[in-house]
Amino acid sequence: MEELKRKRGRHWKEEAVKVVLFTCAALSVVTTAGIVGVLARETFAFFEVVSLPSFLFGTEWRPLLVPRSFGILPLVCGTMMIVVGSSLIAIPLGLGSAIYLSEYASDRVRNIIKPVLEVLAGIPTVVYGYFALTFVTPIIRAVFPETQVFNAASASIVVGIMILPMVASLCDDALRAVPNSLREGAHALGATSFEVTGRVVLPAALSGVLASFVLAMSRAIGETMAVTLAAGATPNITANPLESIQTMTAYIVQVSLGDTPAGTVEYQTIFAVGALLFIITLGMNILSHQVLRRFQEVYE
Amino acid sequence: MTGLGRHHSANNLPARRRALAVFRFACAAMTWAAVLILVALLVHVARQGMSWLDWQFLSSFPSRFPDQAGIKSALFGTLWMISTTAIIAVPLGVGAAIYLEEYARRGALSTFIQINIANLAGVPSIVYGMLGLVIFVRFFLLGRSVLAGALTMSLLILPVIIIAAREAIRAVPGSLRQASYALGSTRWQTVRHHVLPSALPGIMTGVILALSRAIGETAPLVMIGALTYVAFVPEGPLDAFTTLPIQVFNWTSRPQKDFHALGAAGILVLLIVLLVMNTGAILIRHRAERRGG
Repeated sequence: MEELKRKRGRHWKEEAVKVVLFTCAALSVVTTAGIVGVLARETFAFFEVVSLPSFLFGTEWRPLLVPRSFGILPLVCGTMMIVVGSSLIAIPLGLGSAIYLSEYASDRVRNIIKPVLEVLAGIPTVVYGYFALTFVTPIIRAVFPETQVFNAASASIVVGIMILPMVASLCDDALRAVPNSLREGAHALGATSFEVTGRVVLPAALSGVLASFVLAMSRAIGETMAVTLAAGATPNITANPLESIQTMTAYIVQVSLGDTPAGTVEYQTIFAVGALLFIITLGMNILSHQVLRRFQEVYE
Repeated sequence: MTGLGRHHSANNLPARRRALAVFRFACAAMTWAAVLILVALLVHVARQGMSWLDWQFLSSFPSRFPDQAGIKSALFGTLWMISTTAIIAVPLGVGAAIYLEEYARRGALSTFIQINIANLAGVPSIVYGMLGLVIFVRFFLLGRSVLAGALTMSLLILPVIIIAAREAIRAVPGSLRQASYALGSTRWQTVRHHVLPSALPGIMTGVILALSRAIGETAPLVMIGALTYVAFVPEGPLDAFTTLPIQVFNWTSRPQKDFHALGAAGILVLLIVLLVMNTGAILIRHRAERRGG
């Protein structure tokens, strides 16, 4: 009888532990629901004042000054400029170093480079902002004197450096997942290492490589502190990287630094911008998963 | 794709070898560029900030006079924020990982939770700041407190902890579990006494990496309003606070050169804190590897 009671007690405890652990896991779903709920609530309130087309296609972003105008294209344009600029840095450098690390480098070099990339990935973004403002911008201004103090080029360069480790390590993983038998086969047919890399290994690893590009761009879109510090606060549709711009994230920071009371349209704009940011980055993350799944080569 | 025509690639061997040499050199140059960038960054920050980094800087509060300004409230604020975050996020993250690895049946629900966690890991940190602002600061009326910051930060790093802890738990051999079950243990006893101790070094490494990410995060804390003038050390979780990256951001965003130098000195303190934590992670990994043989 005693034995049975103890067993029942144990059973009860087992179930309790399971419920507690499940709650921990379910918290992530609650978090997602919270994000969507918070963004949606204020965004809907925003769209009672501003029409959706004038938000999405308006070319003038002037939410804080009268006459107000809520066209988000300048912010989207600023963000895209950072994405394009940082990709121009991170994609060639990241893919190049991944190819070097996985195909050519000795273990000794690998053991030096890998930790360096990890350190670069671990440096806080505000440090990159400082670096952009006090190191990269003066260099750009020395070359192009007409450059503004806050400019898209400098921010793009440091965001590129920031996402470079991500591109490098994901591409490295993808390249190393290509079985050696493919390389050996190509070498046996008389191909040089260059041809093996370009015509066999890279095409075989293409899904992982492309997925890493998409993920890195998504990170560049969400990057906040470096662009706030270095790219400026001028919503601006321009193609000139030497001009001051403003990204979606930098706008959100700008408003939250001021004392904007809840319930006003200014306060709601940051949620509308945040919702767009969330949708774009989520879409890109899903896209990168799809690329990985759809184009993955499967080896026995 | 390689710039070499298919037709004469078979016979023009010297040209093909040259192409290889050029390509290989280009890849090597791009790789070492990363090292060069890191060195440039560290040297630049050290040259700007080193002369400001002294005891007076560490033991003073922020000030509008650069030569009297210090980092004390930010340093203590970071320590408060990060220990509170650890207390909240580590049990939740490890608990979720245990559930997903040891308890959940492979089904629609567990797949849904997994996809959800993967997507949460990709949400920009500033969006978590907006969540924290609405839920913790305004709805739960926690204000701009250490607790509001730590809760926001916990949600941000939970996906990182869960993913790392799951990997560590998955690496524990199944034979260990079977042996424990064979001796009559329940599932929780097996997890508690065998799986967790064996996965602990891996979990710890992941936790430390996640916490170092939280130390460097600025945007979510700016969102919840932590960028204010704080000239005191928090004494409890409901006190206002500032952190190292926020103080760095504050100083860097001012136009004066002296404040930029203060920013550099603040970055040095921040990097030293991160270095100490990561050294800890490496030591734990090494000890575990030695013990595990």
